[in-house]
Amino acid sequence: MKFLRSLIILFFVFAFHNSNAHGDNLDIKITKNLRCLICQGQSVYDSDSEFANSVKVLVSQKLDEGLSEKDIYAFLKNKYGEWILYEPEFNKNTYFLWLLPILMFLIGGAIIYKFIILKKS
Amino acid sequence: MKIKIAPIIVSILFLVFFVIFFLGLKNTNIYVPSVKYEKEVPFFTTQLFNTNKKINSDEIFKNDKYYLMNIWSSWCIPCRDEHRFLIELKNEKNLEIIGLNYKDKITNAQNFLVELKNPYTTIISDFDGLIAIEWGAYGVPESFLISNKKIIKKIVGPLNENLVIEIKELLK
Repeated sequence: MKFLRSLIILFFVFAFHNSNAHGDNLDIKITKNLRCLICQGQSVYDSDSEFANSVKVLVSQKLDEGLSEKDIYAFLKNKYGEWILYEPEFNKNTYFLWLLPILMFLIGGAIIYKFIILKKS
Repeated sequence: MKIKIAPIIVSILFLVFFVIFFLGLKNTNIYVPSVKYEKEVPFFTTQLFNTNKKINSDEIFKNDKYYLMNIWSSWCIPCRDEHRFLIELKNEKNLEIIGLNYKDKITNAQNFLVELKNPYTTIISDFDGLIAIEWGAYGVPESFLISNKKIIKKIVGPLNENLVIEIKELLK
């Protein structure tokens, strides 16, 4: 009985594992980085709104035409503005946003260095 | 007396973050894509409503005339509300109203037009919503006022009295 139970559990574990198997498709990667403009807070990938479904069709169509990930982002950015991308671009408006974590990491490291290493010596 | 610097820094940081978040509370968090004026009409090819005839945007939008491109659908409730304004604008002499039938069933769309009258001179179909994306639209209804193949006004959401007055002003 115990063996059977563990077999069932194992079956479900692998069943769920399988449902994730095609997670590295390019169109999924792209639609996960696109914001659904109707249901703001959800990505195009997650949403089932009319707009999101159209964008999904558009992305796979553009990929078939041979456009790269960057080209598709540029196309949608031209139509809807940068807001449609979840990952903000690196430009003069976002220097602070991108560099702040690195800065905080360095400052934190310096503080730890000062308190632990220097106190020991 | 030695001044303790840590509590001061902490309280200043707290105050800064408090002010930032407090001001952020009042900001609206609904984003509307920026309206780019004087943008060219995108090029697209599609089917004429109710026929199999193909048509492209150059055949629809000609120079020296005003066009109102209205994205509509029979399942869209606000479209029903704005329809009487389109009927009103139909009487304007130098304006042609183009309908973009968005993700609709042809029979439903026909019934909608029989019930509420047809303000459109040309209706084109958008079965999968890709043409709406070309226009930078993301919902129904949306309207674009076009002059000399350039978009001079974009209206997100249904038309209303004030917008109709504004459009009439622009037509003069």
